Amino acid sequence: METTLAPGGVAADLLPSPRPVQLLDPDGLLVQQPQDAHHYDVPSAERLLAAWRGMVIGRRLDVQSTALTKQGRLAVYPSSRGQEACQVGAVQAITERDWMFPTYRESMALFTRGIDPVETLTLLRGDAHCGYDPKAHKTAPQCTPLSTQLIHAAGAAYGEKRRGTDAVALAFIGDGATSEGDFHEALNFAAVFSAPVIFFVQNNKYAISVPLAKQSKAPALAYKGIGYGVRSEQIDGNDPAAVLAVMDAAVAHARAGNGPFLIEAHTYRMDAHTNADDASRYRTSDEVSAWLAKDPLSRLQTWLTVNGHLDEAGIRDAEQEAEERAADLRDRMNSEPTVEPMSLFDNVFAEPTPQLREQRAMVAAELEAEAQS
Amino acid sequence: MTITMGNALNRALRDAIAEDDDVLMFGEDVGTLGGVFRITDGLTAEFGEDRCFDTPLAESGIVGFAIGMCLTGFRPVVEMQFDAFAYPAFEQITSHVAKTRNRTGGKVNLPMVIRVPYAGGIGGVEHHCDSSEGYYAHTPGLKVVTPSNPADAYSLLREAIADPDPVIFMEPKVLYWSKAELELPVTTEPFGRAAVRRKGTDVTLVTYGPSVPTALKAAEAAESEGCSVEVIDLRTIVPFDDDTVVESVRRTGRCVVVSEAQSFAGVAGEVASRVSERCFHSLEAPVLRVSGLDIPYPAPKLEHAYLPGVERILDAIARLQWDDVPDLSHAGAPA
Repeated sequence: METTLAPGGVAADLLPSPRPVQLLDPDGLLVQQPQDAHHYDVPSAERLLAAWRGMVIGRRLDVQSTALTKQGRLAVYPSSRGQEACQVGAVQAITERDWMFPTYRESMALFTRGIDPVETLTLLRGDAHCGYDPKAHKTAPQCTPLSTQLIHAAGAAYGEKRRGTDAVALAFIGDGATSEGDFHEALNFAAVFSAPVIFFVQNNKYAISVPLAKQSKAPALAYKGIGYGVRSEQIDGNDPAAVLAVMDAAVAHARAGNGPFLIEAHTYRMDAHTNADDASRYRTSDEVSAWLAKDPLSRLQTWLTVNGHLDEAGIRDAEQEAEERAADLRDRMNSEPTVEPMSLFDNVFAEPTPQLREQRAMVAAELEAEAQS
Repeated sequence: MTITMGNALNRALRDAIAEDDDVLMFGEDVGTLGGVFRITDGLTAEFGEDRCFDTPLAESGIVGFAIGMCLTGFRPVVEMQFDAFAYPAFEQITSHVAKTRNRTGGKVNLPMVIRVPYAGGIGGVEHHCDSSEGYYAHTPGLKVVTPSNPADAYSLLREAIADPDPVIFMEPKVLYWSKAELELPVTTEPFGRAAVRRKGTDVTLVTYGPSVPTALKAAEAAESEGCSVEVIDLRTIVPFDDDTVVESVRRTGRCVVVSEAQSFAGVAGEVASRVSERCFHSLEAPVLRVSGLDIPYPAPKLEHAYLPGVERILDAIARLQWDDVPDLSHAGAPA
């Protein structure tokens, strides 16, 4: 393949738009779209309504999860409040036949995927590393090391391609993780093997406390795609319409056999890295307030309301469902899970080694003695 | 017919790929070139690029990609060109390959094989001669296998590919050209079973991989001086065969562990510790280790001083607190 930076050339085709794609501005008004390669149509009102409802529920469950840390029910919780458009929108653009590779911050994406919130929070509650069946949901365990799951996504996407399906893989990472080596290896592998994977970077501006300016000198993280031959786009990650529209394009691109797609979504994490972090040490309240004005939920709600797709009754209905689901989550998280100590030895290997059998017998004897004392 | 270990490994890959559509082989240079040691020679020509293919030069990528392919039902075999070149993949191996079955409560297994040509003795330049088995053996969830002859190379690699769990398959480079009279396919003992390579009654040498031929030479030399040495080849470090080792040491009362790797915090120390715990009342002397030195693997012109050779093994045997000290001072002399 000949590569060139000349206008209209192959490399130029990979470039993201100069400014993040935005279809709805922060006031919920439609933005005039360019009539070029970066033109995206506004998704249907029906899909935007579904996205809005998913965001209402996602935010409520996220807030509830943070509250559960205060009650000691969760060891820790990394909130994604403010990133609803990214997590709900991206997941709503894929189907059950597609794969998803989340990080620990993707709780809302997992709720949207249809995974039981209690199973989603199992990792953070501390009773198991993964509470759901990754194969049944075609969703990998939430990844704690940074960016390592991207290369798994490339492998799974390539595996699907080899199987002759048109399934794609959606892999999430944050801005900080684009500095990790596996981010680069994953983009390179995916491009070389033309693997149908979508790398969805949620640039929420901070890697714990380190701001993007100290993380990367790239003009935008989306520009990192071009070096690997990966079609890339940057979007306003607080604009649910832009997320859906660009995700649609990315999914279509990958399903059609055109290889990977990188999306950088500019967004903001409204809360700290986790409940254990003190965000006031590294960012100002003015900055947080400025992002509050770009809230993804209110801008879509405004557009839906102004255009007659949503009324007060519809809002109350969604909020009621969100409350019910939060109450259900709260109730079920209040019951103490039973963790079986002997299960420690169950899944190290398919068959335990003789050494594990010995250690198992030791723990069994200890428990037996404990029970009798 | 005469088969080298390299031939046996190549045939094992060929047979596994031919028998199961889900088995495939990938890594750096494994396609057209057939691998730098030619272990994958002819596979691409015979089975096509779908079944044996070159990847970008990125070890973490190679291993991570294999994890993803396992999710869609494939059984990948990957090559890490040289021992020390596998270190960029260390995070994928320890954080994901080893832990995925456990992390997912048994819902996801990773039936992959990571082939690592390892250890020295071939005059390789730096970063080409590490004995890295200790890193992998220390990580729960990985099986660690190392053949010492062509028959085991074939049989153990076939078993590794068929295994439902990930296997780190350590190939002693120095033995790639070792030969045996053999008809393939062959099935030897399964994982977790050590082999007694030489019977003896006075002392047990426990060893594996590249050190097996050296231990056998030392045993032969000791025999000529009237000391009967049993040589045990572990074959699989994980799972470890306590039974064969314990039975032998209880009988001989003396044990030397021979390993090319650095000794500090290594596999040889693990073996010595297990023997001490289980055979204490049978032991006539402390368990000794004969290992590589606790230094980075040296430049080729110095490796002869690093590698545990026949003389160091004989010296260890002589130090095993004999009532009538065997004089092995001439045993190590060249025949």
